[in-house]
Amino acid sequence: MRLSVTTGVVATALSLMIVALIMAAWSGTRAFRFLERLLSPLLSVPHAAAAFGLAFLIAPSGWVARLLSPAITGWDRPPDVLIVQDPLGLAMIAGLVVKEVPFLLLMAIAAMGQAQPRRSILVAQALGYGRITGWLKTVFPRVYAQIRLPIYVVIAYSMSVVDVAVILGPSTPPTLSVQIVKWMSDPDLTMRLTGAAAALVQFALVLGVLAFWFLGERVVAHVGRMWIASGHRGRFGGVGRSFALGLGVCAALPVLLGLASLAVWSVAGFWSFPDVLPDSFSMRTWGRHWGDAFATMGETFLVAGIAVLLALALVLGCLEAEHRSGRQLGQTGVWLLYLPLLVPQTAFLPGLQTLLLSVGADVGVLPVIFAHLVFVLPYVFLSLGDPWRTWDSRTATVAQALGASPNRVFWVVRVPMLIRPILTAMAVGVAVSVGQYLATLLIGGGRVSTLTTEAVALASGGDRRAIGVYALLQTLAALVPFTVALIVPTVLWRNRRGLHE
Amino acid sequence: MNKGLTLQSVCIMRDGAPLIEVDQHIAPGDVLTVMGPSGVGKSTLLAFITGTLPPVFRGMGGIALDGVDITKSPPHKRQVGILFQDDLLFPHMSVGANLAFGMPPGGSKVQRRAAVDAALVDVDLAGYANRDPATLSGGQKARVALVRMLLSDPRALLLDEPFSRLDAELRAQVRALVFRVARERALPVLMVTHDLEDATAADGTVIELESLSRT
Repeated sequence: MRLSVTTGVVATALSLMIVALIMAAWSGTRAFRFLERLLSPLLSVPHAAAAFGLAFLIAPSGWVARLLSPAITGWDRPPDVLIVQDPLGLAMIAGLVVKEVPFLLLMAIAAMGQAQPRRSILVAQALGYGRITGWLKTVFPRVYAQIRLPIYVVIAYSMSVVDVAVILGPSTPPTLSVQIVKWMSDPDLTMRLTGAAAALVQFALVLGVLAFWFLGERVVAHVGRMWIASGHRGRFGGVGRSFALGLGVCAALPVLLGLASLAVWSVAGFWSFPDVLPDSFSMRTWGRHWGDAFATMGETFLVAGIAVLLALALVLGCLEAEHRSGRQLGQTGVWLLYLPLLVPQTAFLPGLQTLLLSVGADVGVLPVIFAHLVFVLPYVFLSLGDPWRTWDSRTATVAQALGASPNRVFWVVRVPMLIRPILTAMAVGVAVSVGQYLATLLIGGGRVSTLTTEAVALASGGDRRAIGVYALLQTLAALVPFTVALIVPTVLWRNRRGLHE
Repeated sequence: MNKGLTLQSVCIMRDGAPLIEVDQHIAPGDVLTVMGPSGVGKSTLLAFITGTLPPVFRGMGGIALDGVDITKSPPHKRQVGILFQDDLLFPHMSVGANLAFGMPPGGSKVQRRAAVDAALVDVDLAGYANRDPATLSGGQKARVALVRMLLSDPRALLLDEPFSRLDAELRAQVRALVFRVARERALPVLMVTHDLEDATAADGTVIELESLSRT
């Protein structure tokens, strides 16, 4: 229980600090635009794959130890220390941070658009403030107000995540959510009651932490106002900027190196300890797992595809209704949309599972698709909402004045013009669905397996080559749709310059 | 039958307070110019006539086109053409497809294509049918937007500051073209602008809107 709280809060606070520093030091620069381009792929890497990659890097026999051995450490065999799955959950926090930083960064960038940061920074700099201090004092409060909901999502997620906890978190005792899943899938049915009670505790815990965070916001806001009023110009100019860049690299590099490590393991032959690379490479592991993995990939895409299409239909319907009626989704609607992301998965999925069992609808892929839809829908909506709404509605007026019915305007004008954001939203949806662990595991009742459930199931076995294959495939399954979303509009509209600005 | 565009005691309200009031008849071929400071609700008046008034506003009174009341018709059945200050050509369609989009359905592929080509010749853009609209100059885009609107067979023409994005020389040219075509086709024209030159060139009735609500 204590673990759930510490990992959740520390991971969120760290991620937020890193994001704020990076934004403060680098937003609007060329380095930042480069970072921005890295975001989508980083974001689409499933949590489980990123966690495996990190584990392969920092484990006693991982790449980091290999690089330093034996020259610096003197080790000629993997040291017997618990780095991954350490009792404090440090590895787990690291795993969460590398995944949440890109998410929060993306949300913050979206929020920046409305905050008009350039002018504020200019004014602050003219008043003698350094870049970082100026940004923190003038822009950050506005950005924070905008990304508050995503931050709550990150807290709830970090506190109740299961797959990352299984891979990187401590095992004796495990985090509360992992324990809940164990109880819920125990052959002894009375354990389910314990599990149900624990799920409620987990829910209360998240609510408590959110309330605590809310209070923390007040305190920080108060201290921040005093800091702003104090007029201190701040001293950490250049050093702060390098530090922020270092942090950004530290957040992005483990994921990329981790993926590389997964790739190397999946083709490794014999690989003795302090060697940086294996003695030989072979496709044996791929050959052995290819058949099963291919079938699993098919099922993964089936679930993701249907869930995303359903979500897209609902989102487009909602947005188009918004446009035609001229009424926007209210504040309540936005909260409702975020609800499935705010309530810890471990708190409501077991209940959903029990409900489906009791009505006898627990068989097959269909319930899993609907469970995925619950999580895919908000992300598709968040991703598509802004581009859809900022579309110039005079275009619709002109089209209608030319005699086009609302449906024709929708299909012939609006959808083709917005094909890029639509495909991106679909890619986001696929990535979310591919990454779902708990929803697949619990609702599928073990009969539906996706690349994620297979990969996490391999975690305890310790067959690194097999893990490499599955985690890589999982990453690919999430990345390929993004690539498609990038290429298709470019090819489709190659002769239409107006759509590429 | 009363030819032309009639705005009968049109009043647009916002939050229960009247914003603008207009009561005018525009005969075929005539231009009514509506002037006034920005924010007075000139564009809102046009939105009421095209049937795309945002729900925060409420329009009262009647709009009749050639004697037929269109106040309650859906926007795409009104046959009221509109030009904005931006050309708003559909960026994903070729110039020809933009024109064909607005043409009433009917006719063979060859006939439609011929109509598009002929319309382009009329505005000195012969052979531009397959071009990407983004590659045209500002004046060319404005002319394409004009023929696109004309091909849809409108029975009235609304202009929302249509020339303000063009530079001075082009502006006079395009303006002359628009007014000439409207006169040739006997279209009633309602133009909103804040440019006195536009109003002079229109050579018709000019009304000044003033803010009713915030005095």
